[in-house]
Amino acid sequence: MRAATPVMAALGLMAMAMAATGAEPIAGEAVYQRWCVHCHSTGRGNPGTESLQVKYKGSVPAVLLERTDLTAEVIRVFVRQGVLSMPPFRKTEITDAELGALSTWMASGGGKR
Amino acid sequence: MLPPNVSAANFNRALAAWRTAVGSDWVFTADADVALYRDAYSPYWDEPEERVASAAVAPSTLEQVQAVVRVANQYKVPLYAISTGRNLAYGGSAPVYSGSVVLDLKRMNRVLEVSERNAYALVEPGVSYFDLYEHITKHNLDVWIDPPDPGWGSVIGNALDGGGGWTASPFRDHFGAHCGMEVVLASGEVVRTGMGALPDSKSWQHNRWGCGPWVDGLFRQGNMGVVTKMGFHLMPRPETMQSATVMVTRAEDVVPLIDTVNLLENQHVVNGSTQLFGGGAQWQVQVPIYGPEKVVRAQIEYCRDKFAKIAGSRFTEGELIRTPLDAATLNRVRKVNFGVPDLSTFAMLGRNAQNPAPPGGNIGFSPIIPRTGEAVLEYSKFYRDNLAAISEGGALRFQGPVFMTNWDRTLVAMIMFPIGRDKVMNAKMRTAFEKWVALAAARGWAEYRAPAAFQDQVAKTYSYNNHSLTRMRETIKDALDPNGILSPGRYGVWPKHLRKV
Amino acid sequence: MTDRRKFLQTAAGMAAVPAVGAAGLALPATAAGAQVAAPATSISVVAPSRLPPGVSRPDFNRALSAWRSAIGADGVFTSDADVALYRDAYSPYWGEPEERVASAAVAPATLEQVQAVVRVANQYKVPLYAISTGRNLAYGGSAPVYSGSVVLDLKRMNRVLEVNERNAYALVEPGVSYFDLYEHITKHNLDVWIDPPDPGWGSVIGNALDGGGGWTASPFRDHFGAHCGMEVVLASGEVVRTGMGALPDSKSWQHNRWGYGPWVDGLFRQGNMGVVTKMGFHLMPRPEVMQSAVVRVPRNEDAIALLDTLNLLENQHVVNGSTSLGGVGGAAGGNAGAWSLTLPIYGPEKVVRAQMEYCRDKFAKIAGSTFTEGELFRTPLSADALTRARKTSFGIPDLSTFGLLGRTHADPVPAGGHMDFSPILPRTGEALLEFAKFYRDNLPSVSDGGKLRFLGPVYMTNWDRTLVALIMFPVGKDKAFNARMRHAFEQWVQLCADRGWGEYRTPAVFQDAVAKVYSYNNHSLTRMRETIKDALDPNGILSPGRYGVWPRHLRKS
Repeated sequence: MRAATPVMAALGLMAMAMAATGAEPIAGEAVYQRWCVHCHSTGRGNPGTESLQVKYKGSVPAVLLERTDLTAEVIRVFVRQGVLSMPPFRKTEITDAELGALSTWMASGGGKR
Repeated sequence: MLPPNVSAANFNRALAAWRTAVGSDWVFTADADVALYRDAYSPYWDEPEERVASAAVAPSTLEQVQAVVRVANQYKVPLYAISTGRNLAYGGSAPVYSGSVVLDLKRMNRVLEVSERNAYALVEPGVSYFDLYEHITKHNLDVWIDPPDPGWGSVIGNALDGGGGWTASPFRDHFGAHCGMEVVLASGEVVRTGMGALPDSKSWQHNRWGCGPWVDGLFRQGNMGVVTKMGFHLMPRPETMQSATVMVTRAEDVVPLIDTVNLLENQHVVNGSTQLFGGGAQWQVQVPIYGPEKVVRAQIEYCRDKFAKIAGSRFTEGELIRTPLDAATLNRVRKVNFGVPDLSTFAMLGRNAQNPAPPGGNIGFSPIIPRTGEAVLEYSKFYRDNLAAISEGGALRFQGPVFMTNWDRTLVAMIMFPIGRDKVMNAKMRTAFEKWVALAAARGWAEYRAPAAFQDQVAKTYSYNNHSLTRMRETIKDALDPNGILSPGRYGVWPKHLRKV
Repeated sequence: MTDRRKFLQTAAGMAAVPAVGAAGLALPATAAGAQVAAPATSISVVAPSRLPPGVSRPDFNRALSAWRSAIGADGVFTSDADVALYRDAYSPYWGEPEERVASAAVAPATLEQVQAVVRVANQYKVPLYAISTGRNLAYGGSAPVYSGSVVLDLKRMNRVLEVNERNAYALVEPGVSYFDLYEHITKHNLDVWIDPPDPGWGSVIGNALDGGGGWTASPFRDHFGAHCGMEVVLASGEVVRTGMGALPDSKSWQHNRWGYGPWVDGLFRQGNMGVVTKMGFHLMPRPEVMQSAVVRVPRNEDAIALLDTLNLLENQHVVNGSTSLGGVGGAAGGNAGAWSLTLPIYGPEKVVRAQMEYCRDKFAKIAGSTFTEGELFRTPLSADALTRARKTSFGIPDLSTFGLLGRTHADPVPAGGHMDFSPILPRTGEALLEFAKFYRDNLPSVSDGGKLRFLGPVYMTNWDRTLVALIMFPVGKDKAFNARMRHAFEQWVQLCADRGWGEYRTPAVFQDAVAKVYSYNNHSLTRMRETIKDALDPNGILSPGRYGVWPRHLRKS
């Protein structure tokens, strides 16, 4: 489980910046921290988590990183199609390569601690 | 899809030229890629009238923006410039003129300077509030940004769209807090405004006016150029914030309530983003104050005295919060009031206990009414009187009115319209929206901002002297952008060849 | 003859002028119009001795007669004596061929008359130069930028249309001076303050459009920035209302300045895209007290910490008054007792006392600094307090600053006029010190070895976030002396531009020179303005050349 403090978001963003400038492989976690954390982490003020709590009523975790049932493909579809108030993310925001890294990382349980 | 009035051959030439200029990775033509630019909250979703892009091009430097614009001019391809494209509820990333090519500036995402001593920032359009906050945090700078609701929004884009935030005045008026611009005109030429017109100027972000006529205003809710850099005044971190709540229990007490708020704000005793709640007999206003502790305490005391003159009012002080906030405190406050961007407001649109199956989107109807209690009462009655007819006897569930006092001297009576994927429901919402616009205009109230689909209608209500202001803007538009390639139709300003007589 | 005398009085020097202004103050608001309206029978139509450039005598006569029928013969001035009243009393080209002078003047009293005047000018391609009260002294006065233009004198449009106490704003016409507006507010017992600049006779609208500022609290001191809504006559004669005023019967014209869509108001700032006929301004509710403190720092380099602290306090809005920086630091090259800073604060007494205490703590961090609190003034000021206070800091317009230019003990035979050189520096102590050294280093050569007695530099911190280093140049009636001053002025402009410092405002005769230093990307901003100018005013009749914006037919390529 991750605490969504702004400081941690900032750390994630730094990691992202490094990934973007160097030849390092893209870190899925950095993409998550940059684009997903603001809605899907724990605590107050996370519209994604709140919405999924209402949808699943606890039958699956509302926090995305606690989910074990998400495939990379499902993640890619939601990022590119959006759902309800979540708009789709454009390729200038999340490139295909970044989306690949993100979905692989999330689907492979990288986020679970 | 082709842009209107552009041949396939010319469009292909333009696309090829853009690929050369920005790299083929950053010219999007595949249906799936272009669909990402649809307005997720479009009230015409999937209908023929939905405004959609024909392609998108995403330069990463000033020179690339110039090249893109020059190519567009050569082939007369309409562009629609977006910064981060998150102007949701007002049009998102979709063009006003359907078939335009979206000029996506998200990749221009450098924070060029944050001066702590002189409390300003200079940024590119792709920089979001999250990005700027991160930069400031990373460099340990003791200044605050002023986040609006959408933390993913562009600092520049929000200002250009007329947006506002939640910390102290005068930083909440985002366009008003800017200082200096760099703009690419339709000709491809680069202009720097204010003191930036002086080569190697040392005070571009110190003085906004410069010398001679001030052109910056033309780019507000405008289409006279593509803004590529913009400076913003920031607030040095205030040491504390304390809020108080004043409650009155008679309908007519909203009159002295707002008079008192006006006095306190116009004297700059109250500098936070006040909020008015209520209706019927009960009204309450929140008055947040930022500053040094002893000053804030004196200001709260002064406020208490002033509001006490309203018989029967109740004044309740909130917690005094010291900055910087620790993690625990940050978790129980509204972050945006403390310069920390988030997206919590979007929870309104997601599933929640009251509305487990929401339509997902919304559009905002935002008329400015005079900042008086009389106007609030008049508007409340106006809303009640018209609601039954416009909402089809309550079947259309508007949210509102929310009386927004968040800008000094301005009062916005906002109504939100749920928008989803149901075409019949969306059509009803559109009709209702148009009715509210017309009814409000007849009372002398009009919108400060409007969704793309209604920008023409709202522009038409600003019709003084047979639309002379619109005609003046058109004259300027035609002169600066003779081919009418930049964001045609934005806020009702159309180039000559697209104007209806 | 009367007019001629009035002209001589104005021209003779500043000492006589405040008396005229003071007499004007005592008159009711309509008196200015009444003065102009002599009985029609006494008007004899005099052929002007000068023609506007590019206009034939028959066409000019047609224009004049069309104006006479539009606004009455008594509102059209053509005799040499009457037209001379529009000379710039402080012109640095006084009596020389290059002096910019009017060919005639027209003074409409209503919006419709302004429209008619502009339409006639368009028909005959006569250049106009719009003035509000024409008291932009030190920056050009009432004389046109383009010599031979007809002055469009708006002084007769002098109605205060509304002053709203509850929402603290005013809506005025261009002929309304600060004296007029103050008088209106006093007469109606309204509990709001105006923000007077130095010239109380100046136009509230004109001062804002010229980029002027005043002396009370932020943000009201930035006069253009404090405006809300305009009515403008374009070159076509069309009337535009901006902001919320574009909505017919708008209820919030003076509540929200932006309105909807592109904001055009800025184009009329230091501009020539239209004639502003109404303008709204936000006013400050009367603050209960004002207290000022003086901070002194001993070392020249303390300017850095001094300004940093000041910036912090102002940017947090703890200090809201018009601060002023003084001391010998700049002039004498770093003596002890180098800098002093005056910090006025407006507000409720308990708040101001807390703010003072906070300021004291912050400045105490500068080693060796002293912090001296001044008298706490309660408002409205008692007659006794008024004798000690600077009126303009309390919302009361006056002309006391003009004492600088009259005879004084220090200068019993003054030149009489002056012009201002006003570059914007970064608002830092480093910039201040750099300017001080720059000024000292260049002074001997630019001042002919000290023979040209500039006044300055005055470091003006009166606008938040902006620092202006003002140098005043005496200007009189001695042509040789004026020529040297002009030459010196141009040298300062160029020397400053080389350092990245440009002026915020400048006298008419230097507007081209200053506009040229704002040359980023081969003068792209100027070209953008020219494009707009040509579109809105294709015949180039409105104030050609103002702030370096010339219509197509007058541009040098």
